[in-house]
Amino acid sequence: MTDAAILFFTVRMAALATALLIPPALALAWLLARPQWRGKSIVETLVALPLVMPPVATGLILLKLVPHSVVFTWRAVVIAMMVMSSPFIVRAARIAFENVNPRYEQIARTLGAHEPRVFFTITLPLALRGISGGVVLGFARALGEFGATILVAGNIPGRTTTLAVAIYDRVQLGRDDAAWHLVAAGVFVAFIAIWLSERSTRRRT
Amino acid sequence: MRRLLPILLLFAIPIQAAEIRVSAAASLTDAVTELARLYESKSGDTVVLNFGASSILATQIVNGAPADLFISADEAQMNRVATKVRVALLSNKLVIVGVPLLKARRIAIANPEAVPAGVYAKRWLQQRGIWAALAPKMIPMENVRGALAAVEAGNADAAIVYATDAQIARRARVAEVVNDGPPIVYPATVLRDAQNAAGAQRFLEFLQSRDAGAIFRRYGFLTK
Repeated sequence: MTDAAILFFTVRMAALATALLIPPALALAWLLARPQWRGKSIVETLVALPLVMPPVATGLILLKLVPHSVVFTWRAVVIAMMVMSSPFIVRAARIAFENVNPRYEQIARTLGAHEPRVFFTITLPLALRGISGGVVLGFARALGEFGATILVAGNIPGRTTTLAVAIYDRVQLGRDDAAWHLVAAGVFVAFIAIWLSERSTRRRT
Repeated sequence: MRRLLPILLLFAIPIQAAEIRVSAAASLTDAVTELARLYESKSGDTVVLNFGASSILATQIVNGAPADLFISADEAQMNRVATKVRVALLSNKLVIVGVPLLKARRIAIANPEAVPAGVYAKRWLQQRGIWAALAPKMIPMENVRGALAAVEAGNADAAIVYATDAQIARRARVAEVVNDGPPIVYPATVLRDAQNAAGAQRFLEFLQSRDAGAIFRRYGFLTK
């Protein structure tokens, strides 16, 4: 498998994972930005868990939870990436939602807007800068995912081997030069992602 | 809907029938990849290879991950899975790279508590009665290739590795060959829960053939 194919596969999987993650992550972030509700602190903790636990531990849990027909397929790659990058998107979106001045939302309501309309015309646009920063970070985290991926998706060249797994594999096999080629490609993509993230969170003046 | 279509298409990759799914120890990557491609061109079957540390592969199999054939780097990991037909496919030898063991100040070794190469090395040194004396000099590494890399990078002056690893070393030279070590066997098995047991059995028979043996030996493995 060529370096370009591995890189393209990884970017495609990370993009898919991020795209699938955005709707539920935003819904969860919005709920967490609401005032106190029953079980909120438990949900908060669960959301942060993949950030704190060793990725291999998350992978072991996923190996138990994910159907056998999904294990060792590209779907498992996407699931591992989604779980590992979810805290980044949820936390960034939550802070962004919390920073929206509730007065604007109240004014929209007094003008007769129903809740979905308030969300899509007031809350979401005002929070978008913070959300997009989180989305790019989540995407970058998905690109580099290793520990959970190798357990639940394996290292099947051409099917589930991502950039991080391929680098590890090549180092393990003593092919350092080949590993460095992928490291260079990885640094390049990560650089672009972080740069975009910085740009999107910078205040427009 | 039109925007969703590309995403839906990504999910629509067809499931291929009658693949032989092989989980093989990382140290076999080069040899087994070459043999699988050769077998595919001969038989028309598709061989799907998954490589990793034997312990990880066993964990995956125990948790129901799909696999038909398992080739482990040691018996201990093989004992964890439900086997059908089990054969001793290959064997290997330990060697010391860098300086001779008794002259070394820092010795890189695969984790002697978990990783097969390290477990074998510890057992050998215990048999010789010098483990306790050498233990303070040991630097445990995550796997055997890491131990080799430590010597190549100059972070250790000796490492205990497999003969197959020493063969790919760039700078490090073999200082000693371990001829009195414990037997190092790579067992292979058709798994009890294999969905394509017949295909796995045919591939295993191919791996035991004379032609396959020549390729394994080219990569430094010992065959019968």
